[in-house]
Amino acid sequence: MRAIYILWLRELKRYLRSRVQIVASLGQPMLYLLVLGFGLGSVFQKAGMGSYLQFIAPGIIGMTVLFSSIFSGIGLLWDRQFGFLKEMLVAPVPRMEIMIGRTLGGMTVSVIQGLLVLAIALIVGFRPVNWWHLPLAIGFMLAISLVFAALGVAVGSSLQDMQGFQLIMNFLVMPIYFLSGAMFPLTGQGWPLKIATRIDPLSYGIDGMRAALLGSSAFSPATDIAVLAGVGVVLMVVGAHRFNKIEI
Amino acid sequence: MIEVNSLVKRFGAFTAVDDVSFTVEEGEIFAFLGPNGAGKTTTIKMLTTLLKPTSGSMRLDGLDPMTAQHEARKKFGIVFQDPSLDGELTAAENMEIHGVLYHVPHKARRQRTEELLKLFELWERRNELVKKYSGGMKRRLEIARGFLHTPKILFLDEPTLGLDPQSRNQLWTHVKSVNEAERVTVFLTTHYMDEADRVAHRIGIIDHGKLVAQGTPAEIKERTGSETLEDAFLKLTGTTIRDESASSTDQMRQFAKMWQRGGR
Repeated sequence: MRAIYILWLRELKRYLRSRVQIVASLGQPMLYLLVLGFGLGSVFQKAGMGSYLQFIAPGIIGMTVLFSSIFSGIGLLWDRQFGFLKEMLVAPVPRMEIMIGRTLGGMTVSVIQGLLVLAIALIVGFRPVNWWHLPLAIGFMLAISLVFAALGVAVGSSLQDMQGFQLIMNFLVMPIYFLSGAMFPLTGQGWPLKIATRIDPLSYGIDGMRAALLGSSAFSPATDIAVLAGVGVVLMVVGAHRFNKIEI
Repeated sequence: MIEVNSLVKRFGAFTAVDDVSFTVEEGEIFAFLGPNGAGKTTTIKMLTTLLKPTSGSMRLDGLDPMTAQHEARKKFGIVFQDPSLDGELTAAENMEIHGVLYHVPHKARRQRTEELLKLFELWERRNELVKKYSGGMKRRLEIARGFLHTPKILFLDEPTLGLDPQSRNQLWTHVKSVNEAERVTVFLTTHYMDEADRVAHRIGIIDHGKLVAQGTPAEIKERTGSETLEDAFLKLTGTTIRDESASSTDQMRQFAKMWQRGGR
């Protein structure tokens, strides 16, 4: 247990020390929130869909959690590059504990990032329908971060170096984000897009956040939780398996 | 304490370690010498569970590092050849993480951290981020960290690389003292033959993945009719310089390997 704690603490310390990175990582969500939120606002309104800022805010929070958690897992590559991975791998600690410590650290950081974006959204005019459902929204942030931190570990354990990073970004992370319904409602699309959005686990995370913060959603919150938990468990097992196989 | 039998490791067509066998007794200091790229680090990686051998068997204190990985990891400590510190943390935090990972009790951890950081003259700067350290300081921290817990077997992979004579002297004094006081078995590699001659009880010389000589420093000198270990080493391994740089095909292979299963 001490090992899990110390590795969790390591992730948190590294995050809190990189102030510049924290600010930098909030730049993209702010662009989406402000430029898209206000830029498409009138079109969205005319289509009879209500406030676009209200609609997109949970999506942008989900995006922030997605990026932050998946990169925490892929951060294994940095540990490999700088050698610290070896130090962890030869230690007399089950690799499972190492992975759990790291993953919990990544999840904590992701949820903090999500809450920062939520705060920014509140400042620019976003209002949740029911404040009492905020803990539920945080629960969905945790679920999203679990799924994608595990995916990140699986990917990070399978790559050798940073060369594959662009590939992962363009063919995994961005599609997950764009297909998740973070920016558009998950209704009324043609069947190819409909299927793609249903396969994307982030769709359920963001849908759950909308259920919590806006009180309306495409699926039921129970479905959202079930899918996220199921995918999370599968990815944890896959991630742990890949992590166990790492050779230096 | 360490038993290696017909150990082989191939990377594709290249054989890094070719049918190597040796034994290191408990309480012994064994120096593993060889030119660059001879297979020293690969052997250490296999012994320390970081790499799976192609064939052959190994025992660490009776345990197989391939199957009883977790148990085997409890037996050894290692100072790596290349950096393994977290630069975003301070020296004290790096020591702390290591102590926790190796189950050193809280009190002993603090006490030994202070002793070791003072010994390697890092104590005043223990709260600085490691990324701001000079190369020599990082190296000293790696070594100090390696001594934080007392394992049964200590692997030192070119520990003196980049160290000044003072720190080198400290290091070997310390290695000898843990070896004598706590019967720690030491397995080390180095390019400084005088060090090996001075510190090691027995020596193994590896070249092109094959073990070419084994014995006490005196035996090896005698067998080759050399005055110094350096001469003996050159006689055994030749005077050509080994080329380690990767060709473009190697780099392509590297790139392809990235996508293969099992990562290395």
